[in-house]
Order: sequence, then structure tokens, then C-alpha cells
Amino acid sequence: MPSTPRPGLDPALLDEFRRIVGDAYVIAGRQELLVYECGAYTLERNLPHVVVLPASTEEVAAVARVCAREGLPIIPRGAGTSLSGTVLAVEGGVMIALTRMTRLVSIDVRNRRALVEAGCVNAWVTQAVKGHGLLYAPDPSSQTACTIGGNVGTNSGGPHTLKYGVTTHHVLGYELVLPSGEVTWLGTTWEGGEDVDGLDLRGAAIGTEGMFGIVTRVLVRLIRAPQAYKTLLGVFETVEDASQAVSDIIRAGIVPAALEMMDQLITQAVEQAYKFGFPMDAGAVLIVELDGLAPGLERQAQSVTEICRRRRAREVRLAQTEQQRAELWKSRKRAFGAIGRLSPNFITQDGVVPRSKLTEMMRFIEECSRRHGLRIPNVFHAGDGNLHPLVLYDERDPEQVRKALLISDEILTQCIALGGSVTGEHGIGTEKMDFMAKQFSKDDLEAMKQLRAVFDPQTRCNPHKMFPGSKKCGDFHPKKQAAA
Amino acid sequence: MSASPSNESAVGPAPERFLDERKSMSCIHCGLCLSSCPTYLETGNENDSPRGRIYLMRALQEGRLELGAAPVRHIDLCLGCRACEAACPSGVPYGELLEHARDHIEKHHSRPWFQRFLRRVAIERIFPYPQRMRWALLPARLVKALGMDAVCPAWIRDALALIPESPSSIPIPAVVNPEGTRRVGFISGCVMSVMFGETHRNSLELLARAGFQVATPSDQVCCGALHAHSGRLDQARAFARRNIEVFEKAGVEMIVINAAGCGSTLKEYGQLLAEDPMWRDRATAFSSKVRDLSEILAEREWATPTPCASDAPIVTFHDACHLAHAQRITQPPRKMVKAAAGERYVEMPESDVCCGSAGSYNLTEPEMAARLRKRKIENILKSGAQIVVTSNPGCLLQIQAGLRAEGADHVRALHIADFLVSDRAGWRANASTATAGDSPDTGVKRASGESRAR
Ligand SMILES: Cc1cc2nc3c(=O)[nH]c(=O)nc-3n(C[C@H](O)[C@H](O)[C@H](O)COP(=O)(O)OP(=O)(O)OC[C@H]3O[C@@H](n4cnc5c(N)ncnc54)[C@H](O)[C@@H]3O)c2cc1C
Ligand code: SF4
Ligand code: SF4
Repeated sequence: MPSTPRPGLDPALLDEFRRIVGDAYVIAGRQELLVYECGAYTLERNLPHVVVLPASTEEVAAVARVCAREGLPIIPRGAGTSLSGTVLAVEGGVMIALTRMTRLVSIDVRNRRALVEAGCVNAWVTQAVKGHGLLYAPDPSSQTACTIGGNVGTNSGGPHTLKYGVTTHHVLGYELVLPSGEVTWLGTTWEGGEDVDGLDLRGAAIGTEGMFGIVTRVLVRLIRAPQAYKTLLGVFETVEDASQAVSDIIRAGIVPAALEMMDQLITQAVEQAYKFGFPMDAGAVLIVELDGLAPGLERQAQSVTEICRRRRAREVRLAQTEQQRAELWKSRKRAFGAIGRLSPNFITQDGVVPRSKLTEMMRFIEECSRRHGLRIPNVFHAGDGNLHPLVLYDERDPEQVRKALLISDEILTQCIALGGSVTGEHGIGTEKMDFMAKQFSKDDLEAMKQLRAVFDPQTRCNPHKMFPGSKKCGDFHPKKQAAA
Repeated sequence: MSASPSNESAVGPAPERFLDERKSMSCIHCGLCLSSCPTYLETGNENDSPRGRIYLMRALQEGRLELGAAPVRHIDLCLGCRACEAACPSGVPYGELLEHARDHIEKHHSRPWFQRFLRRVAIERIFPYPQRMRWALLPARLVKALGMDAVCPAWIRDALALIPESPSSIPIPAVVNPEGTRRVGFISGCVMSVMFGETHRNSLELLARAGFQVATPSDQVCCGALHAHSGRLDQARAFARRNIEVFEKAGVEMIVINAAGCGSTLKEYGQLLAEDPMWRDRATAFSSKVRDLSEILAEREWATPTPCASDAPIVTFHDACHLAHAQRITQPPRKMVKAAAGERYVEMPESDVCCGSAGSYNLTEPEMAARLRKRKIENILKSGAQIVVTSNPGCLLQIQAGLRAEGADHVRALHIADFLVSDRAGWRANASTATAGDSPDTGVKRASGESRAR
């Protein structure tokens, strides 16, 4: 295609990539690389040198071998919905996008597992198996677009994490192309039982943000879909009351499948966007989902309702039909998107605090917002204390960009101070690198680096991420626009 | 590799603002639209995705990118199916952004002569005019009838395959069912009126059975969809003004259309003429009256179907993009098709992924159109259906051609009006919309003889 190539890569190498994956699947023109300069985190951007779209494990391995021979950085990419700069090509490099490897290879209903290619979209798995009464449990809000490979990369969770756990609890094994180009399989194989012979290294590369190699196929666990659901919406005057209700529910020994909170700003935005029927004047709403065997649910729903009322809930509604339940979740899961209606840009933070500190943390965020004059709506997984404050800013105003970054910093620092962590599920990426040193000791970080070196001795795979002291785009491009 | 490759910034002279700033900025780059985009599903290239295309458009507008072959290629490849719009949580009006970007491209970008011919002559000067279209079809039908299509180049064969076996055009009476109390207007369309006369007849029949009086002004013109989608907004506006005038004169309560593609354009006259103070309000009023055939029929209550014989054909429904995504209508047609097919109704996988027809897309992007057609046929076959119902002439032609190409002779593709008329499904008059002439006990009001146009 007649588009000026991005300078910096030997044309002979491009030809070599073309021979491996086909002409149409090597993107090297500067104009076409533009969209690959960032993921859903748009605050930092940089062009990769080339994007390669392989169609098979063999092609991925062949591309990786060329990179190994030439000492080129590799950046694995799925759907690019990452919110923390994990797919940023910090110093350029070869981006390997798995977006052509989208097949559901095989479903084993009896043993409740499915083999999928890494580029398979999360929601497709459940769609394909729901006829058998099964589902794939991790359900990030981005599930209609994000890939299983990306989920493995960031160890994604979702609203139902509270009861069912995160990606690592539902991945039995996976095929990994090492940065050297060698192909390995970690964990259980398609033919294997639940147990692994020898060392079980399955967990090692999950959540490593593409630094240990390129995942090409994943063996996922399927679970039996719950027999019944009860989904309640509690409407509260204040975030404090709602947070108290969350603690009370957990203390009562109830384990909801999901326990989600939205504050007033986000509820209003979501209501404007999706017209679900949320009250516009409520201080906070709580979504509580109970699932399991039908008989027990009735009683649990009653307890939850009572707890909410005791915490001064103005109203507790029960989704009456499956359709209503689906709409409620659709509204919740698309909450981030509704932000587009409030502001052209946002940074979402992903801090975690102990549940008992929720109220305190929320107060802190509110105070931050007031002090800096930027709005910060909140939507979060209240059940596990995983906050998602959304800092709204306009990239065209440098002052707002500066403040947004400052606020993020303050919020995360506070999360650590309260005994929490800087990421629940979105990953560290380039965005939160500097916080690693605050959260972990030198020795811890050293151990992590040593583990990484086993897989990627040259630190060539998704370089300059996660570990503090890594270079940032700014180091390469002193005049880089914060945003274009 | 150089250690510090540069990220070039602005290029070229001060760019022209062709996108609405606020609307284009409402894309927050979240990527949730990706998996809904047919072209992205096929190529895996983000430049062929909604997020990528919006990024390209914005970069063009901001002057980060010069208007060259590469961005034009990816924007051309867009089907305009607007599946992304339905998927987008942020409410990005993608269709509108696309039209403005295409308008900008047509004004400032020069294309190879053949593409220019296709766009300027075939699509803009022949299709929208029924008379010309009739003439234009003659040689093509001759070629087919003589079996000469086998020796034509592939792209001609593909185009020919789209022409229905027996295109029928019928004269439409000015008024059908004059005793109906609620008077609605009927859009006769351009392609529809030439190729789908029978479907028009059946649509009128259904409207009459539902108790409507239907007026079809003969001086109406093409809705302008083909122009709007290929970036000729001024031409589209001229057509719109004409239609608004014509239907104002007709004095109708609603305006009914049986082609989803035209329907979505008609419903957007308000936006198309938003910058025109003389016409803005009239356009909005016009658009607010437009209803898809399935929308207006679904308001009436369908009788519970008699259980189907176990060997009745299995029926599925294909969502026309311009119905499901642009107009967000998915339930009304299903409700009726299900009512008629009963137990024999099945959903097919990816029912709302574009079939590749997309207006004139078949002619301008034959390769991608063929890939998507194949994908659609595979999904239809997976569902096991023997009848696939849809509500847009473009989809119908595309699916029929695809079924032939894949040798799936046991599957028929039908327009929803044809399917419903052929079916024994009964009507029950709905009290709120019933006319005096309807008899609630039989529930069925036959069309007046007039609707049986010859
Ligand atoms: C609106 C919105 C809502 C979100 N909600 C949630 C949520 O509820 N929970 C949650 O956990 N996240 C959420 N996210 C973040 C994001 O969607 C997840 O992190 C997701 O798992 C990323 O998947 P992806 O396919 O887009 O991967 P990408 O963004 O492309 O990549 C993410 C990381 O994984 C690596 N990677 C990708 N594919 C591979 C592979 N095949 N092999 C090795 N490494 C790979 C990349 O290098 C990168 O480090 C949300 C994002 C958005 C925009
Ligand atoms: S168009 Fe909508 S869904 Fe797609 S990236 Fe933009 S905001 Fe997200
Ligand atoms: S209109 Fe259709 S083809 Fe075009 S970007 Fe949107 S989903 Fe993709």
C-alpha cells in the first residue's frame, strides 16, 4: 500500500515478515501505524515500527525468531483495550497482534473445557457454550471486545470475580511462544487431566502483561451456569451508607456473585446513556447479584434487602425478568463508555483498598476532586474493594492533563497508604510503573525480574513496562505530545 | 532500528474541519466496538475497525495525516453498516462522521478512473433513477439469459449474480385501500420498484390488511441513501428536499418504507438538513413520521400461530444493518417472523453481522463483499434454516446470490413482506389501531381490489 513507511526498520526485514504472514498482514506505513500508537489508555503514545498479524502459532514463532535474531523488541497485542499503557510500543518495535487468531478450536462439554486461540473474544466463549448450560466465568466489562490472550496478559477480572475468581482460576493451560521463538505449553494440556506432570508453571506467565512471551492458544475452564439468579438494585442517599451495606452483607456470611457500586455522577451518565431507570438523584446505587440453587436464593435476597434497608436504602429493587437483569448488567458494564458523554478523555484508576477502608478512600477521592477542580465519577467492584475512579480531563488543555496525572498519583499513593494495592485488574503497564517501588520491596522486585529473565533473558518482550526505572516514551521523545 | 525513531507531527497546510469536533471527540478509544465490525473480523487490522477509522478521520482533520491512498483505502472499506454504533457505549455517531469524512474525501481526493466511473456514473446517475435502471438492466439480463456471464471477468460476474432471476416492476396505484381511516404514505424507492415489484405488492397488501389507507405519490424521488453513503451530501440533500415537499402535500400520518437502507436515510433527513435553516424543521417533521414496514405492522397484534407441522420449513432472520444498527429495530420483525414460524424459528449465529451488500459496496469493494457474503451463508447453513427472512433488498440480492454460489439450493431468502403474505399467519386487529372497517371477530380485513395492482 502506498503509504510512507515509518523510518527505522530495514526493508529486507519487512519482506521477511511478509513472507511469513502474507503481504496484507504486515503494517508498516506510518499512516496505518497511527492507530497502534496506544490502547484504551491514550495519555502516552508511540508508534511501533511494524505491526504483524500472524494467523497461526507457527507464524507467531517464525516472526519471534526473526525478532530474536535481530534483537528487536516484541509487543504482544490483543484487542488493545488495555487501560494502563500495557500495549505501548515504548521504543517502537515489532507489535504482534493476535487479532487474526480468533478461533474457538474445540469444546469439551463433558470435561468442561474449551481450547481457544488467543485472539478469541472473551464473550464468544460463553456464547458458544451457553447452549450446553456452561459459561466462562471471568467477565471483564470489556468482554465483548477483549481477547482471551489479553485477559491472560492482565489476569483480568470482572464483576463476578468476587465469587468466581479471576482469569488465573479459569485457565488450565496455554501455549506460549517464547521471545526466542521457541514454542512451549504451560499447565494442563487438552489431552491431560487436571493435574500437571512435573512443575506446574501455569501461573508464572499469567498477569505478566506480555513480558514472558506470546500466548497463542489457551485451554480454559468452563463452569456450569448457575441455576438461578437474583439481582437486586439498592438505592442509597450516600456512598457511605452503600459502603456500610457492602461490609454488612459480607459480614453476614453472604457471598454474592457480584457486588458493584456506582456513585451519583456515574449513575447519572449511565442513565442518560442507557435509560435503564436509575434514579438520577441517588448518592449511590449498589448492584447485588446472588446466584446458585433457586431455593436458597429467596432467603438470601431477603437478608440483603433487610441489610440495605437498615443502612437507610431508599429503595431496593429486584430484577423481575432475565431481560431486566441483562439490561442492568449491560448498563453497568458499559459504564466507562458512558463517560464519553461527560468528557472527551478520562484516566481510570484501578486501586484496591481493604473493604473496611472503602468509605475513607471515597472521601479522599472526593476531596481530591474538589481540590483540583476535575470531576471524578466512581464505579467499582465494591465486594473486593477494587475502585475505579475515573478522572475526567480534556487532552486539549495541558493544565487538565497535568492535574489528571497528579490526581492519579495521589489516589494510588493513598491506596498504598491504606494497606491496599495500585491495581486490581487493569495492570501496571507504563502508567503505574513508579508505584511498584512503593508497593514492593527491592527484593521482591528483584525476584520478579529474575523470574522474567528465565523467559526473556534479553528483556525484549514488551520492554519498559511494570518495573520501576524502565524508560518511558518521554525519554525517547523529549518533545512528545502528551496527546495528539 | 534507530534508537529514537521520530513520531512525526503535523503535516501539510492547515487542515479543513470536516468533522464535528464534539462528536468526533466523543470516541474515547475504548475499543468496545471492535468485535462488532465485520471488516475487522475479516482482516484483524485495526485500521479496518471503527476505532481505527475514527482515528484516521481525526488525524486527517488535525493535519497529523495527509489525505492519501492509505487512509482512503481503509475508509472506503467501511461498509457503513453501523454495527459499531450500536456497540459503542459512548454514543459516537459513527455513521454521521463517516458521511462527512467521505464527503471530504470525494471533494479532495482523486481516484483511479474505474473507481470514479463506478461511483459517479453507475451509483449516482443510474441506480437512483428507476427508468435509467430499467434500461441499464437490459443488457445485463440479456447477458445472463444467453449464458454469456461465464465468460465475463470475475467482477462482472459478481455484479451480474446480484440481478434477481425475475426482476419484476409493477405500477403502483396512487391510493390503496381508500376506505382505511389512517392514511399513510408509501416510499416506492428506486432499486426496489424496479426489481421487487412483487414485494411492493405484498407490502401494500399487508398494510391494507392492517387497515391503513396507503398513498404512493408518483413524484417522489430516490431517498438519497446511495449519495449520502458515498459522500455526495449535496446531491442527497436535493433529493431530501424534494421528498419532504411531496409527502407534505400527500397529507399522511406516517411514511412507510420496506427497505431498511432507505429507511435509515429517511429517518435522518433531520440531520442531513440540520445546517439548512429553511428546511431543518420540515426535515425533522418528515423523519419523525418514517416507519419501517415491520415497525408499523408489529404494532398490530398477531394471532397466536397454529402449531407448525413438524416438516414445516425452518426459518431464520437476518438483521439488515440499516434496520438493526442504524434504526435499532431488532424485535418487531422477529416478533412477526416468529409468530408465523412458531417452533420452527431458529436464530443463526452472527445474525447481525453485515452480509457484505451495503448499498453499492458490492460494486466498489467486491473482494470484501464476497468474503462477508461467504461468512453469512456459512452462518445460515450452520443454523439449519431453509428460509432466511430479511427486510432490505440489498441483503436479499446478496444472500440469494451467495446461496446460489455456495450451491445451497434448499435455502430460500425472502423479504419479510413476501414471507408474511405467503404464510398462513392470521391477523388480529389491535383495538387502538383498528379501523372501523376491521371486524374484530375474523380479525382479517382483506385488501381492497385496488391493491391488487396488475
Ligand atoms: C471499557 C473498558 C472496561 C474494562 N473493564 C475491565 C474489567 O472489568 N476487568 C478487567 O480486568 N479489565 C478491564 N478492562 C481492561 C482490559 O479490557 C483488560 O485488561 C483486557 O484483558 C485486555 O484485553 P485485550 O485483548 O484488549 O489486550 P490488550 O489490551 O491488547 O493487551 C493487554 C496486555 O496483555 C498483553 N497481551 C495481549 N495479548 C497477548 C497474548 N496473546 N500473549 C501475551 N500477552 C498478550 C499485552 O502485551 C498487554 O500487556 C477494561 C477496559 C475497557 C476499555
Ligand atoms: S467508537 Fe465508541 S466503542 Fe469504538 S472506540 Fe470509540 S468510544 Fe469506544
Ligand atoms: S460501519 Fe460497519 S464496517 Fe464501518 S466501521 Fe462501523 S462496524 Fe465497521
